[in-house]
Amino acid sequence: MAAKKADESRIVVTGVGLTAPNGNNLAEFRQSLLDGKSGIQKINIRYMGELLAGVCHFDPLKYQKKKELRRGTRAGSIAIYCAQEAIADAKLDFACLDKSKIGIYLGITEHGTVETENEIYEIKQFDYDVKYWSHHHNPRVVANNPAGEVTLNLEITGPHYTLGAACAGGNIGLIQGLQMLLLNEVDLALSGGVSECTGSFGIFAGFKSEGALAFHPNPEKACRPFDKDRNGVVVSEGGCIFVLERLSDALKRGANIYGEIVGYAINSDATDFILPNAERQVECMKLALNKAGISPEDIDIINTHGTGTIEGDPVECQAIREVFGEHPHAYINNTKSFIGHTMGAAGALELAGNLPSFEDCIVHPTINLDHLDPKCPLNNLVINKPKKIDKVDYILNNSFGMLGINSVVIVKKIVA
Amino acid sequence: MTKEQIRDTILEIIGQIIPDEDLSNLKGDVPLREQVELDSMDFLDIIMELRKRYGIEVPESDYTQLATLDGSVAYLDPRMRDL
Repeated sequence: MAAKKADESRIVVTGVGLTAPNGNNLAEFRQSLLDGKSGIQKINIRYMGELLAGVCHFDPLKYQKKKELRRGTRAGSIAIYCAQEAIADAKLDFACLDKSKIGIYLGITEHGTVETENEIYEIKQFDYDVKYWSHHHNPRVVANNPAGEVTLNLEITGPHYTLGAACAGGNIGLIQGLQMLLLNEVDLALSGGVSECTGSFGIFAGFKSEGALAFHPNPEKACRPFDKDRNGVVVSEGGCIFVLERLSDALKRGANIYGEIVGYAINSDATDFILPNAERQVECMKLALNKAGISPEDIDIINTHGTGTIEGDPVECQAIREVFGEHPHAYINNTKSFIGHTMGAAGALELAGNLPSFEDCIVHPTINLDHLDPKCPLNNLVINKPKKIDKVDYILNNSFGMLGINSVVIVKKIVA
Repeated sequence: MTKEQIRDTILEIIGQIIPDEDLSNLKGDVPLREQVELDSMDFLDIIMELRKRYGIEVPESDYTQLATLDGSVAYLDPRMRDL
């Protein structure tokens, strides 16, 4: 049993702002997850033609001027929307806050690919004469761009940066925010992840060349983690930013608390550029459980990373079975089956979609699971329909990425 | 292009660059940056657009001549009248 922590050393989530291919706030997103509503659609990709992707449909002009949109990036725009929504959701008296004590920490899978491709496409019309290369290129492609655009929009003067962590980025943005609060570097953290990758033909082409780009005549059926007919990743954009603060501050202002981050871990496979490693995933989940001071039996919901690739899904299943046993107490679900792979946003978005379970004790399902792959045997997978359970006290969120980066976050229900 | 057409073209380019601004009452003899929110990066957008659309190169030493709408028309007239 972990020693009781002071409220100043306990970090809680008090606001959620998000945009997903099937919802532009937590209530919409959650409802879509309970209703089995996919957000995958057809999209036209430069040089490649019609493909499948998850596209967000938030109104960027809600928080930005047209000029800001023209000058900035899609990732910046997603980040601004999510940050503004998170602050509104947290019911913060933002005008009265010390802006120098707010930090912005956003996980990204990559940044700058979209903007670079666009510039090369543009100068192609001028026979690659670089005098037509935009003066906006560098501020658009610097890696801190999405977080930096938030500071400009909200006039936040505290630290801002992104964390390049492949598809583990969303969880890692969250972990960074927590750590900076614990170090007293900031008093409020806007933490999560963003992705604009549907704007890049290279990302689609890369997955295609790997033989890992999903295709299906029905877009909504394309992302099929753990199904024997799965055939790859659906590339999606999205964003999710949490307001994190110390429990003591949240209680003082009477904030609505979604949950407390009690466990987390990050480790590396050190084995392959792409292929995951079950042993390291096991270690990562165990590290997070140890940090939380709890046992596998305490976890009520596991949100899997499962992307729908042939190679990746069985590895995660093996790791979960090793940590939680053949007959786990926890119920297991997957969010990518609805929204595809939102890359840098995935960890944060997928956690967000599960947080309402603390209140309603409903586990949203994984959809498109018609024939469970014998290589992915997982008991307690919630398949195609939501599952009402007795209680939800702990949620464990897996998020893994290329170059063998693993991340796990555990959130605990706060009893008012 | 006539001088009137050059003026309309400049206004159309500026309108694309700063779409939130009302350009209907711009005074021709007052610096643009005193009338609308137009920073140095926006100004470079104007230069780039002239280059892309009409192949016009404006050397940096001439930038000040484009400070006002009237100045821009006067500067661009010899370069655009035959377009």
